[in-house]
Amino acid sequence: MSFLVVPCLLLLLASVAFVQGKRRALAVAAGERLHSRPWYHGMLVALWCLIPGLLIYLLWVFFADSILTRLVLQELPREMLARGAAQKTLLVNDLHNLVAGHVAARDIDPVLQQAADHYRALAATGRMFMAFLMLGTAVLSAALVYFRISPDLRSRNHVEQIIRVGLLLCSTVAVLTTIGIVLSVLFESIRFFRQVPLAEFLFGLKWSPQMAMRADQVASSGSFGAVPVLAGTFMISAIALAVAVPVGLMSAIYLSEYAAPGVRTWAKPAMEILAGVPTVVYGFFAALVVAPCIRDVGTMAGLDVSSESALAAGLVMGIMIIPFVSSLSDDVINAVPQSLRDGSYGLGATRSETIIHVVLPAALPGIVGGILLAASRAIGETMIVVMAAGLSARLTANPLEAVTTVTVQIVTLLVGDQEFDSPKTLAAFALGLLLFVVTLLLNVVALYVVRRYREEYE
Amino acid sequence: MQMNDKAQTTMDVVHRGLARRYRRERLFRRLGLTAVLVSIGFLALLFASIVANGWTAFQQTEILLDIDFAADHFDVDNLARANYSALVKQGLRQLFPDVRGRKDRRRLYRLVSSGAAFLLQKMVMQDTSLIGTRQRVWLPADDEVDMLIKGHISRVGPESQRRLSDRQIAWIDHLTALGRLKKRFNTTFFTAGDSREPELAGIRGAMTGSLLTMLVTLLLSFPMGVAAAVYLEEFAPRTWWTDLIEVNINNLAAVPSIVFGLLGLAFFLDVLGLPRSAPLVGGMVLSLMTLPTIIIASRASLKSVPPSIREAALGIGASRMQVIVHHVLPLAMPGMMTGTIIGMAQALGETAPLLMIGMVAFIVDVPSTLTDPATVLPVQIYLWADAPERAFVERTAAAIMVLLAFLICMNGLAVFLRRRFERRW
Repeated sequence: MSFLVVPCLLLLLASVAFVQGKRRALAVAAGERLHSRPWYHGMLVALWCLIPGLLIYLLWVFFADSILTRLVLQELPREMLARGAAQKTLLVNDLHNLVAGHVAARDIDPVLQQAADHYRALAATGRMFMAFLMLGTAVLSAALVYFRISPDLRSRNHVEQIIRVGLLLCSTVAVLTTIGIVLSVLFESIRFFRQVPLAEFLFGLKWSPQMAMRADQVASSGSFGAVPVLAGTFMISAIALAVAVPVGLMSAIYLSEYAAPGVRTWAKPAMEILAGVPTVVYGFFAALVVAPCIRDVGTMAGLDVSSESALAAGLVMGIMIIPFVSSLSDDVINAVPQSLRDGSYGLGATRSETIIHVVLPAALPGIVGGILLAASRAIGETMIVVMAAGLSARLTANPLEAVTTVTVQIVTLLVGDQEFDSPKTLAAFALGLLLFVVTLLLNVVALYVVRRYREEYE
Repeated sequence: MQMNDKAQTTMDVVHRGLARRYRRERLFRRLGLTAVLVSIGFLALLFASIVANGWTAFQQTEILLDIDFAADHFDVDNLARANYSALVKQGLRQLFPDVRGRKDRRRLYRLVSSGAAFLLQKMVMQDTSLIGTRQRVWLPADDEVDMLIKGHISRVGPESQRRLSDRQIAWIDHLTALGRLKKRFNTTFFTAGDSREPELAGIRGAMTGSLLTMLVTLLLSFPMGVAAAVYLEEFAPRTWWTDLIEVNINNLAAVPSIVFGLLGLAFFLDVLGLPRSAPLVGGMVLSLMTLPTIIIASRASLKSVPPSIREAALGIGASRMQVIVHHVLPLAMPGMMTGTIIGMAQALGETAPLLMIGMVAFIVDVPSTLTDPATVLPVQIYLWADAPERAFVERTAAAIMVLLAFLICMNGLAVFLRRRFERRW
């Protein structure tokens, strides 16, 4: 908890600065009119105390470890460092474990132990130094502002400017997240494609990421052809859409065109509950209820159904995305102007004829956008397929067999013990990149279509 | 006359087709109703199957044993070292004095949970005055006995294919007749962490993990989401930069959650070196995921505050920041809170990104700080759903019931806030 003591101290200091600043503002006012209210003067002092201190603290948190590690490594004997990059990573890991004190009962290299002690000593001095530097800077910058307080100081404007910059920074987090996703997936993918050619990944027909432990083992090199994985993903998504689109669309039509207001008010939220159920619950439902049910029916019909069939996962995923299709379609159907319907009724069309020949064509772009969004949801869905679809990457068109998906492979490759750098782990990031790009494209197209369509009737 | 003839024929055509058209109309309408009923039926089936599978887990079969805490068993300086399983075995032997032979005895001992000894140890460590007394203690039965009593595994069929032998079933029946074997409320389920033994497994560890994770998520995503929404809605000039931010937010809302997990793994764990399996990292990943939801809801809520309020405040000399802090934010806050609660409910049910950052480890201890290894409720459900023991099926369903109860409460709160504070201007 010691790493929280310093920020708490800083916070305490800032509140002292606030009180003092406010008091000084009242004191200097002495009958004169202050430009800003005393609260703003106090706030300005407190902010100037907090911001420099926090910056120094964050710099320490992010960079201390790498600097200390480098310092300590320099003092290790040469021959320990000259064994290549992988050995060095291992060494650094051992060092960190020693420093943190999680040491299994095994023989510890005395040199390394010494280095760890050195690290700890350096870290302690560094922390003291950092604490003093941080508090010193905080007090100093707060004092500078404190002595500048005068009736004319435009404290309110300064404080508001600082808050505005803070708001701006918060709004860039979304952009930073996207950049972070792209960079983290891209870097590992580039490392992957250095070992496995891009063409093999995109067009290879065999996916078996198991790498051999020894070079002489049978099937010693894994193969990374993503086609079977993608085929499985698309098959499951197609099944899901085959369930969700008719059901979702028809319920949207019924609720917006036929249902009495009373029915609508309870049926719509009830359907939206389907979207709020956690996916792990659907996964359990698929594995426990739907898959055995399909297998029993299949066995009765004389079919050979795998216990982890694509059909079960797709069906349940379809249930999950019904509300996405229905609520988006509902929106666009409601946005079709009433005059179009009235015109159709005026020509003597029945309600269903009006819907099929007038309302649906008018709403089609929006509905397509909704379906694309639902498709991207289905492709990126993880837990249902992890729990109900299989692991075997088979290239098949039979929905009763087990298939695997991109998300299942990412989970199986990355959960559990993993060695970094092996193509097996890096393959997960390549799949992640593929997933990100595909869903991004679907989303962009869908949003574009929906937006274009909305403008048409506004 | 010719015109009249023609009109007649057109009307005839219309009338002839009318019955068919009306039939189609009814069919279409019925199809729509079926679609609604099908989706609600799915929902009902989902809930019904979960409840049907899960409600039995709230009870656990226990066996009443007379335990003789004879003083010669215990070494006062080292209470933890005493042979507690011998006490359990002795208690069982007293009830069935005629069971002889090692094999039979071992089968008899298997009726009581392997964790019973540990429970006795805990009892003695808490209250040393028990030593030297005889106590009647309810101890959890083994999960297979529990399943038999609840009717999940069958009593009939060839003995070799059953989990419990005929003799064991006879003993169980004898214990039931004595009133020493009963289903009682399963407190362990709410007070224990995870365990390999279903009868000792509970959700407290996962619930604490969820709580800590949600705390981090809330503390990070609510202030940041509101700040971002305020900036974009109230201050931002319309430039390419704000357009970029907007497009980004809309896209992030639809990025698959597992991709956020990859970000957490590659950036938070590998680059920043934060601990694996920690609620801190889980909360950070989830807050990035819920941020778009909160920003979108908060912006909608800010938009719904009428400009007349801003103009009135500006007119009497408030600065723009004062207008927002004093007038707009309080009016928009219910909407923002509704959006935040819905986002938090999503985050509470999220599993996939947490698998990526290692919150799937088997963790027995209840986490107490943000950096302890922990798991969360949905991940616990995933882990239990994978477990081979039959008894874990009902525990999985029960954990789902608890999770759904939380989600229903949160969504109910959101609906309540919306109803209570929604204003039409």
